[in-house]
Amino acid sequence: MSSEEQSETGTGWPQPAPPGRPEGPGGQPDPRPDAPDPDELSPLAPREEPDRDGAGAEPAEDVTVGLPGDRPAWVGSVRSRLSTASVMIAALLALLGFTLVVQLKTTSTDPTAGATRQEDLVRILSDLDARENRLRQDISGLEDSQRQLRSGEQGRQAALDEATRRADELGILAGTLPATGPGLTVRFEAGAKTISASRVLDAVQELRGAGAEAMQISGGDRATARIIASTYFLDGENGSLVVDGRRLTAPYTITVIGDPATMRTALNIPGGVVASVQGDGGNVIVEDREAAEVSALHAPIKLEHARPVS
Amino acid sequence: MIAVLALLAGVVLGVWLDPSVPAALQPYLPIAVVAALDAVFGGVRAKLDRIFDDKQFVVSFISNVLVAALIVYLGDQLGVGGQLSTGVVVVLGVRIFGNVAAIRRHLFRA
Repeated sequence: MSSEEQSETGTGWPQPAPPGRPEGPGGQPDPRPDAPDPDELSPLAPREEPDRDGAGAEPAEDVTVGLPGDRPAWVGSVRSRLSTASVMIAALLALLGFTLVVQLKTTSTDPTAGATRQEDLVRILSDLDARENRLRQDISGLEDSQRQLRSGEQGRQAALDEATRRADELGILAGTLPATGPGLTVRFEAGAKTISASRVLDAVQELRGAGAEAMQISGGDRATARIIASTYFLDGENGSLVVDGRRLTAPYTITVIGDPATMRTALNIPGGVVASVQGDGGNVIVEDREAAEVSALHAPIKLEHARPVS
Repeated sequence: MIAVLALLAGVVLGVWLDPSVPAALQPYLPIAVVAALDAVFGGVRAKLDRIFDDKQFVVSFISNVLVAALIVYLGDQLGVGGQLSTGVVVVLGVRIFGNVAAIRRHLFRA
């Protein structure tokens, strides 16, 4: 019982203050020497410390008190009950610290699926399902728009292809693009009389009538002129031929792209081009070409007055 | 002093052994820890109030832990485990706050 009184005066510093004041200055010095030693703010320590007599060995024996084996050896039967309770408390607190650390570690190392409750997992799963559905809808919508854009692009591409094809055709007809294809070469060799411009013009008209699509005429000195709708032929000096202002010398060769059989027949009709030239003493050599090259170009014609309708 | 040492020893042991929580205990361990914390703060408060009793502390500690685990188990069986454990944590948290407030009044008189 005396030990409890000592411990109460030693530990609690709220308690000794009220009794100290009424007693006056004489009562105050007593708690002070006791106070610094045991007062570590620890709940259990002061209870055992006053049990022991030796005051100087206190800090060293504090550690040994923690071991349960030492206790029954030197405490009495009344204190053994108290010490078993202390041991229980110590064990429980050790267990608390242990589980606390274990739980903290578990939560920090495995914050996701493992430590989560079943219903939380179900909720997370349904959340993920809903999110998946939303993303799926997004995907289908984006695929739709992609399809639309692609079809629009295909339409544009088709229109572009068509326009390019038309531009190529018109370029060939206007003489601004080189062309190749099956056709003929028609070689005029002069006899006693030179080949007149009218003969060449007849031949060109005949070929046009037979479906010629692109023509060029070249002279003996490799000078070449593209024949288009507005090309004119004139008789030049010394039996030469002026085509669109360019002087060509005999022999002349017309390279023409079109159906070879039709054009050959058109040239060879009785009283036609071949017959007329041969009547003048000259000769016309018509040769089929698998790939006739019409490579001479005519400068684009600048329209000053005509404008497209629409 | 013994209590503090025991707590530190438990912490050190937990860090050193680094065991993994069995799956069966996983839902109950956090609640049990919170309940034990409540008991510990109540014990400290009782100590400062000079009404600390060893037996009472041990019994309240164990019963706190067991009742908390039982409530969570019951909630799991009833299908309201999550809500019930939240409720237990709230109640224990309120009690811990009250105890800590009392301890604070004792220590700092404020």
